Amino acid sequence: MATAFADMEPKEMAQAQSENPVADTATARAASESKAEKAAPPAALGKVQDVIAKFGKGLIAPILGIAAFLAIWAALAPQVDTSLGALPGPLEVAEQGVALYDEWHAANVAKAEFYDAQDARMAAGTQAMAFDYAGPPTFLDQVLTSLKTVALGFILATVFAVPIGLAAGLSPMFNAAINPLVQIMKPVSPLAWLPIVTMVVSATVSSADPMLAKSFVISAIVVMLCSLWPTLINTAIGTASIDKDLLNVGRVLKLGWFAKLTRLVLPSSLPYIFTGMRLSLGVGWMVLIAAEMLAQNPGLGKFVWDEFQNGSSQSLARIMFAVIVIGLIGFLLDRIMMMLQSFANRNHTI
Amino acid sequence: MSMKRGFGFTRRAAVVALMASVALAGCGSKGDAPSGDAVKAAAAPGGVEKPVLKLGFIKLTDMAPLAIAKEKGFFAEEGLNVTLEPQANWKVLLDGVIGGQLDGAHMLAGQPIAATIGYGTKADLIAPLSLDLNGNAITVSNKVWDMVKPNLPMEGGKPKHPISAAVLQPVVASFKQQGKPFNMGMVFPVSTHNYELRYWLAAGGLNPGFYTPGDVGGTVDADVQLSVTPPPQMPATLEAGTIEGYCVGEPWNQAAVQKKIGVPIITDNEVWHDNPEKVFGLRKDFADKYPGTTAAMLRAIIKAQQWLDADGGKNRAEAVKILSQPNYVGADEKVIAASMTGKFTFEPGDTRDAPGFNIFFDKNAGYPFYSDAIWYLTQMRRWGQIPEDHDDQWYIDQAKAVYRPDLYLAAARGLAEKGVIPADAIPETDGFKPVDNGFMDHIPYDGHKPNAYIQSLKIGLKKGQKVTASGVTGS
Repeated sequence: MATAFADMEPKEMAQAQSENPVADTATARAASESKAEKAAPPAALGKVQDVIAKFGKGLIAPILGIAAFLAIWAALAPQVDTSLGALPGPLEVAEQGVALYDEWHAANVAKAEFYDAQDARMAAGTQAMAFDYAGPPTFLDQVLTSLKTVALGFILATVFAVPIGLAAGLSPMFNAAINPLVQIMKPVSPLAWLPIVTMVVSATVSSADPMLAKSFVISAIVVMLCSLWPTLINTAIGTASIDKDLLNVGRVLKLGWFAKLTRLVLPSSLPYIFTGMRLSLGVGWMVLIAAEMLAQNPGLGKFVWDEFQNGSSQSLARIMFAVIVIGLIGFLLDRIMMMLQSFANRNHTI
Repeated sequence: MSMKRGFGFTRRAAVVALMASVALAGCGSKGDAPSGDAVKAAAAPGGVEKPVLKLGFIKLTDMAPLAIAKEKGFFAEEGLNVTLEPQANWKVLLDGVIGGQLDGAHMLAGQPIAATIGYGTKADLIAPLSLDLNGNAITVSNKVWDMVKPNLPMEGGKPKHPISAAVLQPVVASFKQQGKPFNMGMVFPVSTHNYELRYWLAAGGLNPGFYTPGDVGGTVDADVQLSVTPPPQMPATLEAGTIEGYCVGEPWNQAAVQKKIGVPIITDNEVWHDNPEKVFGLRKDFADKYPGTTAAMLRAIIKAQQWLDADGGKNRAEAVKILSQPNYVGADEKVIAASMTGKFTFEPGDTRDAPGFNIFFDKNAGYPFYSDAIWYLTQMRRWGQIPEDHDDQWYIDQAKAVYRPDLYLAAARGLAEKGVIPADAIPETDGFKPVDNGFMDHIPYDGHKPNAYIQSLKIGLKKGQKVTASGVTGS
């Protein structure tokens, strides 16, 4: 049953199962370090050895790795001379992080003042209706917009991919029918989808004041189109690899298709579905930044693009700060999905 | 068995997909109906029907009237709550206005004109207000500058201005000899910058190339190949060596000076004295549906324009500070100040007085003259963007469809009555400027006679000529 997707199975699964390559190399490095320690056995170092053994992999090695990276960055960045000045080092980037925080703070003050002044005007009767504060979005606003966009795209992707994946896993015929389409659509870049999605959304959404901004819907749909494939494929694999004996038992018990779906198919394919969703979310987050840059949807991508266009002496440092934040959020999203995944694995093994 | 099961699940999948697509469609289709408060506001004559607005702009100093109208509270005074949103490039901005994501925008004068005559995306856009005069310059790379500088006539130790594009001829020839194209950048096929750069090159005897019907390359018969680059990317593109020069608005010429990657060779004020530049553009159906809102926006922008030019530019320093915020132009303050405060730097040590480098209010800068629109139309015909001949009346009709002095006058007269702007700031005119002799090659321009003007230009399409991929045909 799983034959149709067999060609991609090893790659997808391998990707899903190796937790992250950085952690693996860190493990290897920590192991070699502790080996070196063991070679020199002075007793006084025994305690240090214990500490290293205890925290080496989890704490010391990552800290060393980050410190080494920062040192190399700080040393090399000033050597690169761009037309916006030298490439900023970690200090300049941290400074811009603080500056962005200050801007956020200042924006909040301005917002409070705006609402106070507005309340006063409304009380005095010189203003008929209340407005929302229309100041420029702060960095935090951009992060939140990005998270909302990726959440909508990811939910849409899951809603589409899981049922189709289940159907493909259960019916080899349907699987064969969609397999070529899946293979062709999977590698398409978000940048190629964007013009098509833009035109379709612009044509369908005609309301002058839609509930969701068009640019928001456009980027969310692009995220969906690019991120639904891992979920779809993994769901299909999970469903197809269900134990034949279970299906036979179901047949003997004369379970209806709905009971079979909820009692047999879903529980056994759930770990696969979650693995797929985790991959999907990772892809979605990566695609989102590109989509936002082009669709001009407010968000981190637009922040990066606007700063690039500003071309001021702080622009590069601010972009680098955004890059770090993008990485941290991606990491965080992955961790959340991993927790959900292990939760699903624990509770639904048959 | 297996078949039957498969179909069952396909059906279910289809149902889910259907539900999802319904949910998706729901995302964008919430009520057109304005809220109760908005209806109340609209009930008052001349009131603001749609107070919450989003306007687009490109990171250029000539968007200043919009930023000032917002930051100095002129929009708020008119009861408007405006969000200003930077756009990636002119195409995105145009699509945003046409598609309705933006209620209006800082636009190239050629954009509403081209949209109305159907060159590019066809849409009914109008320009009820001109944002500024002048404000652009042409910059060449250091390499080209070093090649032309030795041949320039000097005046008091500095090159004599204006510099004709004729000085580029040997440079272009040497590029040709080496089998390399001579590339220059401009910001959009229907941008002021494209026509200014073409005018300057053609006045210096270099052909900037013709457009075949429907294409946006515009490089048929070209001595100099022009291509499109968004304004903020100009310095980077020049530095990368993709182009040898460009025509763009500020602060991107001063950015090249500051980064020491290029030298502005001429300002647009020297190519065409006091030429009209950006406009405030919006959809015609928006202005028809929300006349009160449109008038309020125009009043706020006119007030901002006056503020920018008040008392010999005493507010410019504050304007520079506002524009340097990352959410507006965002370039360094000193780069923006280098062209906004009455000076213009050509190269290090060559800073000259340029009091008219950008004008927002004086000299009737805000009035949308039909003759300005017609000049852009003549250039579109001159370079083949308008593929066929039209009679003079056609040019005038198109200009009248796009440029809307009636809307400008209604707003400006309202302000003059209240004494906010002086009454003599509003011109008494039929919309045509007198014959203009301000071009660097001294060819006079009369807006009433576009066809005669096209015939009078040396390089360019003449009556009956057409462009094909192999060249210009026809008499």
